Amino acid sequence: MKHGNRVKVLLIIPSRIIARGMEGVFHDLGEFSVEGILTDLSRTSEVRLKNMDVELIVVDPVIFDYASRASGRSRIAEYSDAAVVALQTVPMEDDVWRQYDEMVNLYDLPPVIIKKLRTVLANRSETPKSDSQELSAREKEILVCVAKGMLNKEIADLYNISIYTVITHRKNITRKTGIKTVAGLTVYALLNNLIDANSIE
Amino acid sequence: MVKKKKTNIKDDRAMLSPAMKMADLVNLNYHLLGVLSRLGVDLGFGEITVGEACRRHSLNVGSFLLICNVYTYDDYIPSGELLFSGAPADIVKYLHSSHVFYLEHELPELERALEKLVAPCDVKQKLVIDRFFSDYKKEVENHFAYEETVVFPYVETFSRDRREQGYSIEQFEKNHSNIDEKLCDLKNIVMKYLPEVCDTVLRNDVMYHICYLEEDLGKHTLIENNVLIPMMTRIEENETR
Repeated sequence: MKHGNRVKVLLIIPSRIIARGMEGVFHDLGEFSVEGILTDLSRTSEVRLKNMDVELIVVDPVIFDYASRASGRSRIAEYSDAAVVALQTVPMEDDVWRQYDEMVNLYDLPPVIIKKLRTVLANRSETPKSDSQELSAREKEILVCVAKGMLNKEIADLYNISIYTVITHRKNITRKTGIKTVAGLTVYALLNNLIDANSIE
Repeated sequence: MVKKKKTNIKDDRAMLSPAMKMADLVNLNYHLLGVLSRLGVDLGFGEITVGEACRRHSLNVGSFLLICNVYTYDDYIPSGELLFSGAPADIVKYLHSSHVFYLEHELPELERALEKLVAPCDVKQKLVIDRFFSDYKKEVENHFAYEETVVFPYVETFSRDRREQGYSIEQFEKNHSNIDEKLCDLKNIVMKYLPEVCDTVLRNDVMYHICYLEEDLGKHTLIENNVLIPMMTRIEENETR
């Protein structure tokens, strides 16, 4: 297949003109392929986002209303593990931009945009990916820590990973097991012989 | 012979009305059985209408229909008119008896079924599941206790005379916590992770209890959030004017 090695990209951009422009940037290079364009995060879009297996998402944060803008990144993380890059079309507060893996500006030249995206993907390959429905070895380790009552910060220090990575692991654990609370995860860990009862106190 | 006219239930949201027969209400949605018993309306009502049943049990018919609507239609948002005709005291009476029902009936039933199910597990497994369940029960009890000691007395005093200083329904709206997470966790644990020694029939029994409770608590929360809170907000606004 011709598309085999291309990085799959999803655009979440309300302006059709800007979306077309971004598509053009990708088209000229052949390294990225645009798998879909969403104009918002309505319920039907969420379903598409969930089922679309993309590696990179470019989002214009104007799709989130003012109140939910600061948590836009985590909203996307609920549906996709992809790297998320913000597209700056209008000025916003720093907090909004900071949550994203990278930002591209409406006035960035195409080579600059591509370079930024490459860097994001290179960094991203170090963070957890989860294709399988079973817990990975690292997820099990993290789950044990959570069951023992450790805080995210403590877990991050123990394994020398970022807090954000710990949170991603925890999200994946919850997504796979369906268990949200620490107490529930403790039961899971014990039933699956990941910990013994003496270590829970 | 006169043929009974068939009404289309799905398309007609105004279906639940004071003029309809009590029996038709239950035929339409058997989940209302729980609602009726919590409101003290016993079965055996023969051919009487909703309006008549409410009169006999001194229930405000608006409140009654509001509760039945929430139970019957998944995304029901009450009209301002119906909210206005309902009485907060009846809603509180309902919420209170459903608390009693959960605490005295449904939770102990679930606990018994769960105990029976995990009986063949080893001691440590039983212990951790026991502890999880009692944590959950405590959380539910605390959640209800706040409503019983703070929110419900406030609503009752308000409907009897005037506003009590220092509290408003908005505070309830803000502090209304979720208690569904642990129950959902329990469902997943029972469904997916209990050891094979656990009997399938008993496991199903526990699953039915959990799913019923989950659904009913969901409706209970909707009655608080979509009926009681907007009802009180309206009354409070009128008061300040």
